Amino acid sequence: MRKIKGKSLMTAAEIDLVLTRMAAEIVEKLGPEEAFAVIGIRRRGVPLARRLCRRIEAAVKRPVPLGILDITLYRDDLTAIGNRPMLRETLIDFDIDNRSLVLVDDVLYTGRTIRSALDGLVDLGRPRRVQLAVLVDRGHRELPIQADYVGKTVQTEEDETVEVRLEEEDGEERVVLLGKTQPAAGTRKARGAKSPGRGGGA
Amino acid sequence: MASLSQKDLLSIEQLSVDDIGLVLDTAEALREVSARAVKKVPALRGKTVINLFFEPSTRTRSSFELAEKRLSADILNFSASSSSVTKGETLLDTARNLEAMAPDIIVIRHASAGAPHLLGTECRSSVVNAGDGMHEHPTQALLDALTVRSMKGRLEGLKLAIIGDISHSRVARSDTLLFHKMGAEVWVCGPPTLIPADFHLLGARVTGFMEEAIEGADVVMMLRLQNERQNEAFIPSTREYFNLYGLSRERMRGARKNAIVMHPGPMNRGVEIESEVADADYSVILDQVANGVATRMAVLYLLSGNSGLKPGRESR
Repeated sequence: MRKIKGKSLMTAAEIDLVLTRMAAEIVEKLGPEEAFAVIGIRRRGVPLARRLCRRIEAAVKRPVPLGILDITLYRDDLTAIGNRPMLRETLIDFDIDNRSLVLVDDVLYTGRTIRSALDGLVDLGRPRRVQLAVLVDRGHRELPIQADYVGKTVQTEEDETVEVRLEEEDGEERVVLLGKTQPAAGTRKARGAKSPGRGGGA
Repeated sequence: MASLSQKDLLSIEQLSVDDIGLVLDTAEALREVSARAVKKVPALRGKTVINLFFEPSTRTRSSFELAEKRLSADILNFSASSSSVTKGETLLDTARNLEAMAPDIIVIRHASAGAPHLLGTECRSSVVNAGDGMHEHPTQALLDALTVRSMKGRLEGLKLAIIGDISHSRVARSDTLLFHKMGAEVWVCGPPTLIPADFHLLGARVTGFMEEAIEGADVVMMLRLQNERQNEAFIPSTREYFNLYGLSRERMRGARKNAIVMHPGPMNRGVEIESEVADADYSVILDQVANGVATRMAVLYLLSGNSGLKPGRESR
């Protein structure tokens, strides 16, 4: 496993605690509703959504549908960038019409990923309402978008990167803040420019 | 990030194993779009695609058109009958004129092998070969591979039998190249008059006996007997052809259990394939059509980031 240096923002225990709290908040707000569902944004929103969903189901004692959304086709920078981002399947096998949805992502940054996600959802139907849950809100919004459920709010510089590392994707569990000189994680290239779905979320 | 190693999609020959895998993975992700109530995504919004068909085509052309529309591209259609080709313009001049309209992608079908290559060399736009003469039909091979991979879970180690008019078939060439590249065992079979002498060089095993080709096959791919191309010079009669090279239920018994039957269409029922076989539940002919749209969407999506690269790049 590749070592990532950087300032620790959350430990595994903290992530666990925060997800439990967020699940409780979601249950409090949406629990009484008949039809609501959780939708994870690829990639790291998916394991987070799955964990939230499990906790919510335990609380409301009924199955809560879980969907997976790939926002690639809806990115606003597709024309600007040369290489095509890797497409993955959107898997939402239930009707989203008249349903309340909780979108889940790891990091809220520029808000562009969420804008893309909203466009993607609208093409699939007309949800009753859409709420947003993120593990980390790191500020620097470029669009008027805000989260309904936030795990942790962090003050960052624009050229820093917030890395959420999850057991399911990365084999470890923590959130770190990377300085401007350090490369972003995995096979992903370090980027100064902000873009959705990359370099610590949008 | 994911991109093809090429500006154009001219042939399977020029694609790497990674390229092929990338197209198939992308196509798999895009299949979901066609299952939606609103079958449209904005990925190619603002891009212009020119469909340049010098040969008649219904299904390939509709498939490309649908793929382009589902990706929100703007489309311009040229066909041989209505274009200036009939007025004596050379392909090169046509290409330069099209280039002046600044399209992002040109899809071309032409009766001459190499026409897409010429266009790709001349144009900054990405060029997609939708069939050139007896050379290649790369998107057909890619959609066949997607169909097989979806049914069998893999390509490697499968036995594929391609049966029929191998000589005139660009599908046979592209499929042979692709499946061989991906580690499948490819057999081709047909009347000796309809198999090029050097076809084994593409990586296929060649036989004149259908039983040998089908024995233990996981996939049986039938080709259309191209009546319009052969004027009785190659086979004595279609009846004899069916007896020796037609796919019947009886013959299918030689294939592996769970084998699938494919056909790039249009079918001649009773000539190369028995009606009952074409309609059997192991026939995936209509899956091929559905996968065709997803595959072409994938190709267009992957190439749409490449236009603007320098033209005239060596194609390998």
